[in-house]
Amino acid sequence: MTAPTGTPAPSFFSSTWLVAQREIMARLRSKAFVISTIILFVIALGGMIVGGIVAQNQSAMPVAAVGSAAESIQGDDAYEITEVGSVDEAKTLVEDGDVDAALVPDDSAAGVAIIADTEAPTSLMMQLSVTPDVTLLDTSGDNSFVAYFVAIGFGLVFMMSAMTFGSVIAQSVVEEKQTRVVEILMSAIPVRSLLAGKVLGNSILAFGQIAALAVLSIVGLSIIGQSELLLGLGAPILWFVAFFAIGFVLLAAMFAATGSMVSRQEDIGSTTTPVTMLIMLPYFLVIFFHDNPLVLGIMSYVPFSAPVGMPMRLFLGTASWWEPLLSLVVLAASAVLVVIIGARIYENSLLKMGSRVKWGEALRH
Amino acid sequence: MLEISGITKSFGTRRVLNDVTFSVSPGRLTGFVGGNGAGKTTTMRVILGLLASDAGRVTFDGTPLTASDRRAFGYMPEERGLYPKMKVAEQLIYLARLHGLSHDRAQRNANRLLESLDLDERAHDPIEDLSLGNQQRAQIAAALVHEPTTLILDEPFSGLDPIAVDSVVGVLGEYAAGGVPVLFSSHQLDIVERLCDDLVIIAGGEVRAAGGREQLRAQHSTNRFELLFTGDAGWLRETEGVTVLDFDGGYALFDVDTAATAQRVLRRAVDEGAVTTFTPKHPSLAEIFKEVIA
Repeated sequence: MTAPTGTPAPSFFSSTWLVAQREIMARLRSKAFVISTIILFVIALGGMIVGGIVAQNQSAMPVAAVGSAAESIQGDDAYEITEVGSVDEAKTLVEDGDVDAALVPDDSAAGVAIIADTEAPTSLMMQLSVTPDVTLLDTSGDNSFVAYFVAIGFGLVFMMSAMTFGSVIAQSVVEEKQTRVVEILMSAIPVRSLLAGKVLGNSILAFGQIAALAVLSIVGLSIIGQSELLLGLGAPILWFVAFFAIGFVLLAAMFAATGSMVSRQEDIGSTTTPVTMLIMLPYFLVIFFHDNPLVLGIMSYVPFSAPVGMPMRLFLGTASWWEPLLSLVVLAASAVLVVIIGARIYENSLLKMGSRVKWGEALRH
Repeated sequence: MLEISGITKSFGTRRVLNDVTFSVSPGRLTGFVGGNGAGKTTTMRVILGLLASDAGRVTFDGTPLTASDRRAFGYMPEERGLYPKMKVAEQLIYLARLHGLSHDRAQRNANRLLESLDLDERAHDPIEDLSLGNQQRAQIAAALVHEPTTLILDEPFSGLDPIAVDSVVGVLGEYAAGGVPVLFSSHQLDIVERLCDDLVIIAGGEVRAAGGREQLRAQHSTNRFELLFTGDAGWLRETEGVTVLDFDGGYALFDVDTAATAQRVLRRAVDEGAVTTFTPKHPSLAEIFKEVIA
């Protein structure tokens, strides 16, 4: 044993980074985390494939056509045309069920007639009927079904990721408190460094997961040939990732602070429930009000719901170019504020064992 | 030298520390003794800066402790805590690095400590798989792994079997010999009595006695002697200045008024028979403890 030398204290950032690294490693080694991430990716990918299939109109309708009648529907992907020589041949195919309908030349105004088995094929009739031109004055409603799915997508991904990583942070804070390892940590590094490391580590993981999901959906959309949807959704997805990254820091600080107020894993719910509610709110709001511009407008600026609300408005095309930037600034400012308050609660609560720390005590300077 | 002077701390209206003053010398093991709730843990937390005191200060060689001084301290909290699912060696390296050691140096220290604490075989097991005694050793390693400049150990021996106590004592002794001040609390008075060089006794948030072990014993010794010889000690009762407490043939336990009286008794005993034992009776730590906290 040599005389005590004393090592130079590590900088704030290097302590923070060490804590963050440990958080990341602990999570990556946890089977529960790896499995739930894989499940999340599979669900996302599966949802996209199913959505893609639904979005692509139903499979082509088999239709028999005689002579020049084929021209009227030629080049339309919705029909699979079997050209036959005579009307009788066409009738046989319809009767056998090989095709859903047959188009035959006719002297009527339409120039063709339809032969079907028991039911008139509506879509084919519509295709051939002469309809007057229609001009729609409000075009926002024409993709409401897609908008609904996009709303669910953003809302669900935000809620799931925020809740998963939020509760992971709360649990890891309580674990350190419950096992008293926090006393050793506090004697080694500043409390703020510990909090920053936790928030940073878990934010990196959450951000990584969201970024991977974003890449997955962009790649997925282009593979299943939804390039049109991709064009509309690409930018909102990227904005969503940006909003999530900052929004999650805010939530992470809230989870860490509220988690630190209890001493046992069983009690976590008693203080983190309000935060959980805040996370679930945007999900329900965006599902119920995805077609209500006023609610969406408010949502896109309120810090908790902005990560869902703003990308939604961008997708719908109702936000000006500067709006996401402004909202992002609002979000960042509130994140800073919450981190400062959260750090105070965290510092005041860490050594208080036993019953739940009272809010007044936790916030005291 | 680590000096604690005039530390006062209240939680709400309850005063838990009142003008606590003592010092911990480098190279010496200082035992910190007191009943439950006497203020040992709070004092240690104040020394480490985990808690702020209401008044008083903690200095090292005369200068107030800074955060980075404290960061170089080694601390073992009373209620044990390490990450249950993290491997022993990994955990030690992590803690050493938080204290500012390089990865290589952290690894070297961890390996060396695990070896001297007989834990090297369990280095790659998660803490939660270890027996309580081994967890305790890992905890001690965690307090030592960053080459601390001062050691503050809260009940380091509780839960250890006698062999483990010896291996821990060996390691702590090494540190003390290297010039590190070591403060440890314990309620196992026999261990403290055997190990420590200096003693601090605290009760009700106040230091009741502090100083070298022998010095304290001398302070609290009465002029009590024990005599064992081949003659009959009956005459002691009539000797002036002697109060006999216990008496049985050639054995006697007695108090004297002055040192000269003791010498007179010894001379007479030698005249009357072969003296086997003639010793001043120092009180045991347990006796001193009971006396000062009363």
